[in-house]
Amino acid sequence: MNLKELSQDESLGMTIIVKTIARLVMSFIILFGCYIILYGHITPGGGFAGGVIIAIAYVLMMLTFGGKVAMAKLDNFWASMWDNIGALAFVVLGFLGLTGGHFFLNFINHGTPGTLISAGIIPLANISIAIKVGAALYAIFIGLSVYGRLVTEEEK
Amino acid sequence: MIAIFHVLLGFMIIGSAVAIESRNMLSAVIAVGAVGFGVSLMFLFLGAPDIAITQVIVEVLSLIILIRATTYADNRSIEKKIDSFATITGLFFLGFFVMATVWAFRDITPFGEPLMTVSKRYLAGTAAETGAVNAVAGVILDYRAYDTLGEAMVLFTSVLGAFVILRRRGKKAIEEEDSEQFGILTD
Amino acid sequence: MSLYVLTMALMGMGIYALIAKRHIIKKIIGIVTMEYAINLFLILIGYRTDGIAPIQDSQISAVELAARAVDPLPQALVLTSIVIGLGTLALMASLAIKLYEKYKTFDMSEINRLRG
Repeated sequence: MNLKELSQDESLGMTIIVKTIARLVMSFIILFGCYIILYGHITPGGGFAGGVIIAIAYVLMMLTFGGKVAMAKLDNFWASMWDNIGALAFVVLGFLGLTGGHFFLNFINHGTPGTLISAGIIPLANISIAIKVGAALYAIFIGLSVYGRLVTEEEK
Repeated sequence: MIAIFHVLLGFMIIGSAVAIESRNMLSAVIAVGAVGFGVSLMFLFLGAPDIAITQVIVEVLSLIILIRATTYADNRSIEKKIDSFATITGLFFLGFFVMATVWAFRDITPFGEPLMTVSKRYLAGTAAETGAVNAVAGVILDYRAYDTLGEAMVLFTSVLGAFVILRRRGKKAIEEEDSEQFGILTD
Repeated sequence: MSLYVLTMALMGMGIYALIAKRHIIKKIIGIVTMEYAINLFLILIGYRTDGIAPIQDSQISAVELAARAVDPLPQALVLTSIVIGLGTLALMASLAIKLYEKYKTFDMSEINRLRG
């Protein structure tokens, strides 16, 4: 499923200019989303904003290349699986705090404030929240746009 | 600084008036997008950069969802005959709400002097106790992590509800083909 | 004080759109406007005049941050509320799409009359 060949195909999705630009920009959007997630405890941002940014990158791919290409990259089964994995990871992080004292205790070593690897549990919780929110919003968008039409084509 | 707040709030009120009263549905949705960006700008001027980033991103995604729901039908709104009872009731409640807030806000803290009874401890202890330099990240993921857990549950439930509503075939038609697939969606 | 009243006027306009309009997308726009107004009001409560954002750089100490920063607690609550508003909007939009497919109209008073 090579996106470069698919963007030359005239009959699939939008025009060739839109598909080329979307293909080039998508990786930068995901990179920016990862930056917002990982530095969430130092600069403004955090898990919620970063997760929605990553969902927007996949929604861009679905809008420009069409439903079939997006479902081949990440179909609805795997989207809901990543949703479950993110929620489970967050709850497991909460339960692991019980080893120190109470639920959601920040039990990892804090480090020096202001560096990337610091604040214990907070970057890990940011990553799991981002996976959960991003996969959930992409799954909602699959349901709204692609899902109904795919089923009616199978019925025909 | 206060003048900027008044100008932005005036822009937001005019924008939402356009969104509510416009006949063309697509321009109503785009006016909602403009109001959302005005809200994000106001968050930035109020000293909340976290919230401003989140509001812009959520605004973009909700515009996409609203345009998808709106262009399902034709673009015009359906106000052929004016429903006078509903309009008068709506205007009455608007006026009553504004008067009730003017009466209830006589004892509120004046603008610019927050109470901050708990937040003094959060701000003073955020680098020492949690290790996070961003105080908002420290509050939502260390001091008040239960609220984040509740929010994750609410988002999970809303995705589940959206899938149940958008299910295309009934239960009986899919039970024969249900055998090999597993996961949340079964058709 | 006038800022609070203007924000509540924005919420009142959302209530008017929810009650008085018949098109279902206009009602959804009314709910979205109410959410904007409430989030804005919560952040307005926590604003300190000439305050700085609640992030502690290397040049500022913790005690000075507690004396000069804006309130971080309403910001934490509003962050959750914005993302929940997005989930609610997705649910309302899917309800609107399903209603259109069944009744072929977006008009709520027609749907009330038809009753399946």
